[in-house]
Amino acid sequence: LVFTEEDKYGLYSNLLFKYFLAEGVVCGHDLFVASAKEHPDHILKELPAPLLDDTYRNELGEEATAVKSEDFQDSMKIAWRYQNLPKIEASPTTSTKFGHYYDVSKTMSPELFQSVKWHSFYLHEELSLQPKMKTCNMNSAYARLLQSIQRIIYQEGFDGSDPQKKQKNILRIGIQSLGSMLWGDDICSSDTPEDINSLTKFLYVLRGLLRKSLSACIITVPAHLIQNKAIMERVTNLSDTVVGLESFIGSERETNPLYKDYHGLVHVHQIPRLNSLICDVSDTKDLAFRLKRKLFTIERLHLPPDLSDTVSRASKQDLAESAKLLSSGCGAMAIGKKHLDF
Amino acid sequence: QGKFTLLRDTRTDGSFLVHHFLSFYLRAGCKVCFVALVQSFSHYNIVAQKLGVNLTAAKERGQLVFLEGLKSCLDLLFGEEEEQSGQPSPLQFISESASNLKALFDFVRTSLTPAGSDSWKGPVLLVDDLSVLLSLGATPVAVLDFIHYCRVAVCSQLKGNIVVLVHSNEDSEDEENELVVNSLCHHSDLILWVEGLATGFCKDVHGQIKIIRRVSLELTAEQDHVQIYQYKIQDKNVTFFARGLSAAVL
Repeated sequence: LVFTEEDKYGLYSNLLFKYFLAEGVVCGHDLFVASAKEHPDHILKELPAPLLDDTYRNELGEEATAVKSEDFQDSMKIAWRYQNLPKIEASPTTSTKFGHYYDVSKTMSPELFQSVKWHSFYLHEELSLQPKMKTCNMNSAYARLLQSIQRIIYQEGFDGSDPQKKQKNILRIGIQSLGSMLWGDDICSSDTPEDINSLTKFLYVLRGLLRKSLSACIITVPAHLIQNKAIMERVTNLSDTVVGLESFIGSERETNPLYKDYHGLVHVHQIPRLNSLICDVSDTKDLAFRLKRKLFTIERLHLPPDLSDTVSRASKQDLAESAKLLSSGCGAMAIGKKHLDF
Repeated sequence: QGKFTLLRDTRTDGSFLVHHFLSFYLRAGCKVCFVALVQSFSHYNIVAQKLGVNLTAAKERGQLVFLEGLKSCLDLLFGEEEEQSGQPSPLQFISESASNLKALFDFVRTSLTPAGSDSWKGPVLLVDDLSVLLSLGATPVAVLDFIHYCRVAVCSQLKGNIVVLVHSNEDSEDEENELVVNSLCHHSDLILWVEGLATGFCKDVHGQIKIIRRVSLELTAEQDHVQIYQYKIQDKNVTFFARGLSAAVL
């Protein structure tokens, strides 16, 4: 279960969401798209087109949707993916070709899309139906979504319940802007929400569904709107991967010379530790993303060269401050006390 | 015998301790009731195999009673009405409005009460992890009551041990969780507190573990014994060493 904390205006997390789904189309997986904001048909029409040109692949690093590696195993993983899975351009490992590249300026052709089976859940169309499962005090929109997912998993045999089905496939589930007011949950608008446990219960049941079947899921959540931080802590414990996207739009970092090449930062808060005692932690913790005209890349954040003679003391201090924030570490391994980071 | 051990992690993942205790008690021949709320059975099985224990075999010979929380929850919510005959689900509190963990306690007690033909050494209750119960809607008081009942049944009456994992954070805003954790700390005989290093992420030292033996509970006017080690997790085991003496440094 990949939990993605959305950036403030949702631009980049949407992009990530679409990349996940596009990869599913290219790999021939089934898709399930749920949203309360946009009709899933619209979302699916705007998937980026895959780049099938080899020269592009050689130039860039890997297209890293970490979730893809988990797809090819039978166990389900729920990854909370905060942010886009970073592509480490700084150290390309050309030997592994993992995933595909996408051209953001073009949308996916309808023919490619027809070959894939997809299901959608648009909240406002589903409101008329009554949930058949016990809602157990959960927000009814979440309950309906769970019921829908469970139904698809069961009917299409992703949970192995149909031994006749010869070819196993993977279901990619994408849920957009969970927890926002459009889903009927008030955790984003109030300090003391009415039902603080709806989202966490939903996640627990979703985790159970994912573990039981061949599916992977990405959820984006407007975490910056959630007032109650206790919810975020609980949610982090319930997910496999947690990634946060922080865009620079409108913040003071936009003009910070440290960040001039990038559009935002990628915070990896947690990575999955499944089926083993240890997890695979990469060397670098500081990742940033940028959106070029055709490509969305995530790279290792490196300081720009300090070439200017006239860099004032104030801006040097800013750089030092920003550098302090860089090495905050990854939750699955160890995060140091804040004031000791250096 | 009759000890309550609290596993606590802060800023890192202490689940390796759960795997350790599981394989430790199974190898010692104890009857184990494992309330596994966070991961699937196959995850624990795969790791246990690396540690040299087969969970499936242990289940078959009756040594291990495994409650797979995720699966139980799904059965509870999506199961058909007819399947609910017999015992109520241990996780019943999720669908009921009363926040009452009695069904879970009954499950634990029934699993660990020795049947006539059992020849296992002492019973053990292992919980991974308690903080999830709060996320599922149980109140902190209900969770503490549950632990209290378990202590009476398992530690006092059956002379068994309990090992529980909880998450905590230093400047956590999750007050309910902190309440449960602090209360459990006061009542534990042994606390294993796993923390990330204060200086941040390190490839060779994954964290530090504080072992607190609550000698003060024995009313002999002694202070608690505290020992601190650092550790590194490898694929099949964990190495512990004194602070600053990591193999990478020496």
